[in-house]
Amino acid sequence: MRIDWKTYNPGAFYDELISSPGHARKSGRILARYLSSLKSEDLQERKTAAELAIKAMGISFTVYSEAGNIDREWPFDIIPRIITETQWRSTGKGLEQRLRALNCFIHDVYNDQKILNDKVVPKELIEKSVNFRKECIGMKPRFDVWAHICGTDLIRDTDGRFYVLEDNLRVPSGVSYMLENRKVTKRVFPELFENYDILPITEYTTQLFDMLAAISPRPLDYPEVVVLTPGIYNSAYFEHSFLAQRMGAELVEGGDLVVEDDCVYMRTINGLSRVDVIYRRIDDMFLDPEVFHPDSVLGVPGLMRAWLKGNVALANAPGAGVADDKVIYTYVPAMIKYYLGEEPILENVPSYLCVDEKQCKYVLENLDKLVVKPANESGGYGMLMGPMASKKEREEFARRIKADPRNYMAQPLISLSTAPVLGERGAEPRHIDLRPFILQGRDVYVTPGGLTRVAMVKGSYVVNSSQGGGSKDTWIVIEEES
Amino acid sequence: MLSRVAERIYWLGRYLERAENTARLLNVYSTLLLDLPRGAKIGWHTLVEITGSRPGFDEKYQDTDERSVIRFLLSDTSNYCSILSSLALARENARTTREIIPSEAWEQINNLYLFAKENASKGVARGPRHQLLNQIIAHCQQIAGLFAGTMSHNSGYNFIRIARSLERADMTTRIVDVGSVTLLPGLRQGGKSSEQIEPFENMIWMAVLNSLSAYQMYRQHVLDRVNGGDVVTFLMQDRQFPRSVVHSLAKLESCLQSLPNNGAALAEVSSTQALAIDADIPLLVQNGLLEYIDELQIHIAGIHARITDTWFLPVVSGQQQSA
Repeated sequence: MRIDWKTYNPGAFYDELISSPGHARKSGRILARYLSSLKSEDLQERKTAAELAIKAMGISFTVYSEAGNIDREWPFDIIPRIITETQWRSTGKGLEQRLRALNCFIHDVYNDQKILNDKVVPKELIEKSVNFRKECIGMKPRFDVWAHICGTDLIRDTDGRFYVLEDNLRVPSGVSYMLENRKVTKRVFPELFENYDILPITEYTTQLFDMLAAISPRPLDYPEVVVLTPGIYNSAYFEHSFLAQRMGAELVEGGDLVVEDDCVYMRTINGLSRVDVIYRRIDDMFLDPEVFHPDSVLGVPGLMRAWLKGNVALANAPGAGVADDKVIYTYVPAMIKYYLGEEPILENVPSYLCVDEKQCKYVLENLDKLVVKPANESGGYGMLMGPMASKKEREEFARRIKADPRNYMAQPLISLSTAPVLGERGAEPRHIDLRPFILQGRDVYVTPGGLTRVAMVKGSYVVNSSQGGGSKDTWIVIEEES
Repeated sequence: MLSRVAERIYWLGRYLERAENTARLLNVYSTLLLDLPRGAKIGWHTLVEITGSRPGFDEKYQDTDERSVIRFLLSDTSNYCSILSSLALARENARTTREIIPSEAWEQINNLYLFAKENASKGVARGPRHQLLNQIIAHCQQIAGLFAGTMSHNSGYNFIRIARSLERADMTTRIVDVGSVTLLPGLRQGGKSSEQIEPFENMIWMAVLNSLSAYQMYRQHVLDRVNGGDVVTFLMQDRQFPRSVVHSLAKLESCLQSLPNNGAALAEVSSTQALAIDADIPLLVQNGLLEYIDELQIHIAGIHARITDTWFLPVVSGQQQSA
């Protein structure tokens, strides 16, 4: 499986490493040369070493299937992806700007509703949003921040620019894999780190902890921060446990917590102990059986009461998902102008809203060219990939759109950029995206890079790990002056 | 520390210790039986008795031959006492307490399980068995060392040591029980005269010591030749040998000291200690050892119950664990 870049052809797509067969981009030259210098056995050895490291480190995720839940090793490709620091700087600023605006929006929606009254965002979109929680009206969380942790999906089109595909504001996952990928790469290619100035990413868990501590309602030096997980059968359990471990926080399940006198306590070997901040990895609807799904055993009865009284902080705040909606997404550039008075630094992928009659007509007429997404699904579920779909599937989707236009939006099929992955016969191009993580408390922090997700199947655009996607280590590299 | 986490980490400690003890037992037994006279009415079934898993064994196997018993105790995942099951449960408890235990320890526990899963069935054959079991024992020791050297000696660490001490005390009583109650009478029933039995009796007590890695320490401590009364006294009452009942209880007691609300558990340990220390073992070896050990085991189960009541019960545990 020796790598020969001359036979590597990404075609019309923007490739992250190779600009044309045989030619690496400037930032990737050392990497490309190094990889092609390795003998077949060496490459195979590195690949095996990575697989073993992942197995030994127990980096896994759970897949839901009909045959039950299976704990799988994390799929990882050993060739790192390089992004220059120059390009990243403006992207990072764009991400920060976006999250600030989104938080202004969420706070506004639950309080004064200025943006709705000014008709910048139609009121009915909010009223019909399944992620709008009327229970949260009037709530003022610390720093007016609702979405403390955001995972924004970026893609690169053929022009090489980053576009925002979606903002995940509910319980975005993947950051632990971003951190572990770097660890594995250090084990597999330690020599490459000598030749590159790569921005370190290990700071994330410290930043996360500081942000969580900062939103504590009690002014303490050491507030009690916990991570609330749905439990060991959740697909992201590895991540919940990883983050708790790195932050030195307790990893709790619903049954470990109890609400008394509108305060939250955990059951410890010393008896009940007060909790100040909960980084919850449970969806809104399961948080509190007294308010939401009454039969949820994952949550904590009374939790909403404690939160609304200001006795505990929840990250992300309940109701933050109102802005994590593929229809609301199209208004983010307008929000940036409205709240911050700035021009958006990062662009959205062009989108068509089915709730708008004209745009809906266009969508229905061009289903074979578009990707149609429901407003509130995540993990790549419930989507229509128009160009790849059968006629029957398209007709079925047309019916669904007509029945509930508010719930659908469409985008042209963006040509996701590619990057080489190590396959049986050397390097082959595969489509990728990028999920950076952004934190907002008192300040905003953006991870240098993020989690690069890879569609491991040739030609596929589906990068979600729940649907067989893989991942790569992502390097933000400072270029030498020359 | 969360009650639920304390419970899982406790079980992690017990299962690791159980896997190691079972491996030691299989190792010694495999070599011992080769030396015994063919007429002796003892055999592989004894191992099933020690681990207290007779009903589970009978359900699945027809013969108590070597292959069946070794398979049952080593690699049979339907037997929750098998080494592989113990390691799988240890791993599951480690996986669900990863935020508490050092990541190196988790990696080693995970590795040990993967190793055992891959290789356990090979140990059914006599050839590779010894090496396999030794690797498992060494790996368990390495993990114990990692905990001691890399984990803060906090409540979590205390629960691991509490679990280990309790499991050890329990295993030692079981092994003594089998040595004196099953092995020796079995030998006598073989129809041999007492002169013929004597050399084997000596050998059996040596095997009992070996299965607890106690032979060398015993020789240093007891200068007389190996005999039943001294061996049982040593394994029960020696204060310095780490696997003796009295030593394990002392360790247990000191770990309990630093936990909150420890009254009930400490009281139970005290009464168990009194029972262990005050006994006239040589006399009991002559008569009444079986009843005595039964009483001791009831006390050990009592300590487990007090620990559970005090620190774990506030939360219903998500998984079924078995003592």
